[in-house]
Amino acid sequence: MIATMEQVHPTESVGSERIVAHLESVNKNYGSVRALRNVDFRVRAGEVVALLGPNGAGKTTAVKLLLGLTPPNSGKVRVFGGDPVNPETRMRTGAMLQVGRVPETLRVREHIDLFSAYYDRPMNAEEVLAAAGLQDLRDRKFGELSGGQKQRVLFALAICGNPDLLFLDEPTVGLDVEARRLLWDEIRALVGRGKTVLLTTHYLQEADALADRVVVINKGEIIAEGSPTQIKAQTAGKKIRCVTSLGVAMLRQLPGVTEVMEDREAVELHALEAEPVLRELLMRDPSLSGLEITSAGLEEAFLALTQDAGNNGNHAN
Amino acid sequence: MSTAAIAWSNRQVQRTPQHIATIFWKEAKYEFLKNLRVRMYTASLLSFPLMFYILFGLVLNSNQSFGPTRVATYLIATYGTFGVMGASLFGTAAGLASDRGLGWLQVKRASPMPPFAYFAAKVVTSMIFSTVIVLALFALGIAFGGVRMPVTEFAQLVGTLVVGSLPFSAMGLAIGYFTGPNSAPSTINLIYLPMSFCSGLWVPMMFLPKVVRMIALVLPPYHLSQLALGIVGAGSHESIATHWEVLVAFTMICLGVARIGFQRDQDKMYG
Repeated sequence: MIATMEQVHPTESVGSERIVAHLESVNKNYGSVRALRNVDFRVRAGEVVALLGPNGAGKTTAVKLLLGLTPPNSGKVRVFGGDPVNPETRMRTGAMLQVGRVPETLRVREHIDLFSAYYDRPMNAEEVLAAAGLQDLRDRKFGELSGGQKQRVLFALAICGNPDLLFLDEPTVGLDVEARRLLWDEIRALVGRGKTVLLTTHYLQEADALADRVVVINKGEIIAEGSPTQIKAQTAGKKIRCVTSLGVAMLRQLPGVTEVMEDREAVELHALEAEPVLRELLMRDPSLSGLEITSAGLEEAFLALTQDAGNNGNHAN
Repeated sequence: MSTAAIAWSNRQVQRTPQHIATIFWKEAKYEFLKNLRVRMYTASLLSFPLMFYILFGLVLNSNQSFGPTRVATYLIATYGTFGVMGASLFGTAAGLASDRGLGWLQVKRASPMPPFAYFAAKVVTSMIFSTVIVLALFALGIAFGGVRMPVTEFAQLVGTLVVGSLPFSAMGLAIGYFTGPNSAPSTINLIYLPMSFCSGLWVPMMFLPKVVRMIALVLPPYHLSQLALGIVGAGSHESIATHWEVLVAFTMICLGVARIGFQRDQDKMYG
């Protein structure tokens, strides 16, 4: 194990922005599986960062490293300038993780009472119940709750210590649309109180709804980073395929086109919206044929991003 | 991991003694409530030793004695050991294996919970269940089996059995670290039941074949039950010190194994 650790710095800063969580050149392997490859990743105070990627991309591993639940094979992990395993750091963080089973015979308020006791300056229990929308469920046993309600209890446990930095690992996975929106509202309300949040998700929509900044991760590597709008342009647009006599250079000039690829006799255009591009295309090239429009799904977009990043074969899944 | 150790000592969280006491109290209280509310769990822990005792101690052999010791008294010591062992093994191993395997322990580890509070809560809860089992055996014995003894003897017997739950809690921690949520209960039974039989907890030692009596000498439940039997005048020829030494050594070995599992978990991937 080559986990290098420096002297503890109280804060770490780049420019005027305070970095509260930092993965620096981190590699993490599970046996022969490379879960994270040379990952550099920062979270600044007050921002909401979404770590977006498909299942098995390494999102949860990144969160576990930042929570000090597992050490890196190489590289540095700092949270509030210190080692994430130290209890002082944990006093300032809260985490909502994916859990297979939570003790089912304890009541909602009992779970909150216990976790609040771990912290120095916990939130008032009433406040926690209100923030997680659990007032009416406080006396229910955990096992009697619906999926969305259970997630809200885990959310309550993450926030009850009044942490400065919150980790939300796939907070809405498996929830229906309504429950998801409810949890989003609760997360937004929390962000309004100045918390820093790192959330992982495989829904682009969720990253867009909540985050200031999106970091796209796939097969253990960061492949794109930017505002939700920038990432959406790269991942969530339409794919237009056609055979046209128009040149690639001129196609790139069309409104909203983010990418042009030649594919045998046809071209493939990526655009945020298909309609304005189509109008131009059909006007400029009456002989255009073989037109196909598909929405660039996230998985497909990941593929495109991965190819862009010039990734060569690895066996992290 | 020496660097991590330095980080721990340098930046230890300063909690007041009251705060630490509150954490330990709540952790134990909720661990106890959690288990108590699982009806199957509570019922099965209590019912097996009590049923055996009623059948063999009260219904079948109520007027018999082993030497100076009434059967009903003798069997409080042995079924008491049996019950204490079950409460401790299931109380620690099954919960730990499930918490580990299904991610709950990870949520707790990510919080500023002192890890020791988690283990202490399991051990204390097991001791409470152990106490309840022993007292229930006594209640039955006194009411229906004519069990009579001086208060000091009674206190000594309860105390020995409850303190004697510690080696089995340690064993439970070791099992909990090396089994999964599904395999833990069957693994416990696979160890618990044969060990109980071979230690003379079901059938008194003198009725067991010689080879089993030889095996018993290395089994911790044998030594705990002999300590308990010694109090009611039915112990074997070994010295009390020997019994305690074996139990302490066994506890140490189990804690060592549990520690290996604890370390191993630090770098393991879940789900």
